[in-house]
Amino acid sequence: MSVTTAGHRRIASPLYYRMRRYAVEAACMVLGFVIVVWSVTPIYNMVMIALDSHADIFSGQVWPENPSLESFRVVVTQDFWYLARFWHQFGNSFFVGLMTMFLTLVIGSLASFTVGRMRLRNGWMLSNAALMTYVIPASFLAIPLYRIMQIYGLTNSLWAVILSIVTFATPYAIFIFSQYGKSIPMELDESARIDGANPFQIYFRIYLPLMAPALVAVGTYALLLAWNEYLYNFLMLSTPESMTVAVALAQFLNSDESPWNYMMATAIIYALPPLILYYGFRRYMAAGLTMGGVKG
Amino acid sequence: MSSTQQVFGVARPMAVSQSRRPPWRIRLQGSDTAWAIAFVIPYVAVFAAFVVYPVIYGLWMGRDPSLYGLLFSDPVYLTTAMNTLMFVAIGVNVAMFLAFLLSGFFMSRSWWVRSLLVIYLIPWALPAMVVFTAIHFMLVTQWGLLDSLIREITGQDGPLFLVNEWLARGANIVSFIWKWMPFWTLVFIAARMAIPQDIYDAADIDGASGYKRMIYVTFPLLGNVYLISTLLATVWTLGDFNTVFFVTNGAPGRLTDVLATYGFNEAFNFGYPNLGVAAMMTALPVMIPLVILLMRRVRATGVQL
Repeated sequence: MSVTTAGHRRIASPLYYRMRRYAVEAACMVLGFVIVVWSVTPIYNMVMIALDSHADIFSGQVWPENPSLESFRVVVTQDFWYLARFWHQFGNSFFVGLMTMFLTLVIGSLASFTVGRMRLRNGWMLSNAALMTYVIPASFLAIPLYRIMQIYGLTNSLWAVILSIVTFATPYAIFIFSQYGKSIPMELDESARIDGANPFQIYFRIYLPLMAPALVAVGTYALLLAWNEYLYNFLMLSTPESMTVAVALAQFLNSDESPWNYMMATAIIYALPPLILYYGFRRYMAAGLTMGGVKG
Repeated sequence: MSSTQQVFGVARPMAVSQSRRPPWRIRLQGSDTAWAIAFVIPYVAVFAAFVVYPVIYGLWMGRDPSLYGLLFSDPVYLTTAMNTLMFVAIGVNVAMFLAFLLSGFFMSRSWWVRSLLVIYLIPWALPAMVVFTAIHFMLVTQWGLLDSLIREITGQDGPLFLVNEWLARGANIVSFIWKWMPFWTLVFIAARMAIPQDIYDAADIDGASGYKRMIYVTFPLLGNVYLISTLLATVWTLGDFNTVFFVTNGAPGRLTDVLATYGFNEAFNFGYPNLGVAAMMTALPVMIPLVILLMRRVRATGVQL
């Protein structure tokens, strides 16, 4: 659709431009349609199974004959034995997410403050260690970590999951904080020094408040990482009391005769908090990471 | 860690760090050193307890050379290794290339393309296990959604996706692309937004538009982000567990396993943790050069991760 040939602008009629615009518009529409179908099909399947009133999902239907919210009722009222502790497990997932978020923010911000603002000697070693951890796939450490958690006495403990995920979330936190911290003028620290502030006061009163956008971005990241994690939850947690929703959900997969509509209804409820967070914070997260300057 | 990709912010080229004078001059003194040490202790402790120790422990678990003899004589392992290579090579490259093209599409100023982005991001926003299980249900048996659709449209029975090994491998790769393409598209959108408009204006005056603009202007400017993203995605995908575990779980038989699910099965279903660790260790000859290359690129170009 190029209007130019060999670097010389061709003068074309307004009609040509109009037709060309319509053609581009039509092509975009087709592409848009393909993108919607592509993105939504598995989600549609999930909703369709959840709305089916029969436990047997493989009815060969493209739309459930008698859509009902029955499975959602079962999940919410914990009316099935896999789901007997559903709200407790939901609470566990929240606990893991919030603790992971808190620890990641504290550990990450302290480390990046020291490396970036205090210029600790050999601080580069710390950032290199973080970068290394960041690129290691978590699944490769799963087997040794599983053993080590037993050595630490954290079998079947939510803390085993929290600490594992903090390990993989902190490197990212250190990166973002170091990058973002460069936009905070060093003069602020200097003047606080002259006024007699100690490093902790500078960290707490100056650094943290100015880092707020980065803290929100990384906090959301850590919370979602913990909420969505499956492998470590599955390995570390085994009793209904200690399970998070991810593990409880996977229980359904142990049997071929599970009520898949209950499973999918649970999955949809489980997926709502991350969905809300993503769309609520997406703009803020992107802005926090790319702004490159501090306002106000 | 594949789920790290989940929310890992946005990459964009940025100026290499300026040299600035820290208020503590070159060397920390007295009580400041104590503060600094106290501040890094939490991270150092986490790193020692949950990275260094497990890595050493893992190396120790996989130290026995006979484990590798056992692995290489296991036909399941050889299939797994081939699957992993295919999964990574095709999955990552197709996802990256399409994400690069689509990021251009999503730069469009029209309102409906922008609202389309919201829908396009759904796969990325949902937990991996949830969406991959939904895909599994689409494919499993002849009564899943996909075969039902094929029957509605053509009147013929569709293929058994999880019985044919090549269809199952394809399903894993397509599912991976489906889940992660939106994320990389966001990364490229952010990178494109960092390109100043003047460059395009200048290119326009010089007569470059349409595909020429893409080949001669956009691609060279995004080349670095593209390369680093591809390297990062490759390393992460080598250890991807969720896709294969939930979409096919190795079916049919164990013909579609990848390294992460193979190691998991050996360790936790068959009771050979050392063999599981050894299997993952065989990814190191590919992974270590990639990690070194990646770290060099990141350091050299100062690209913001």
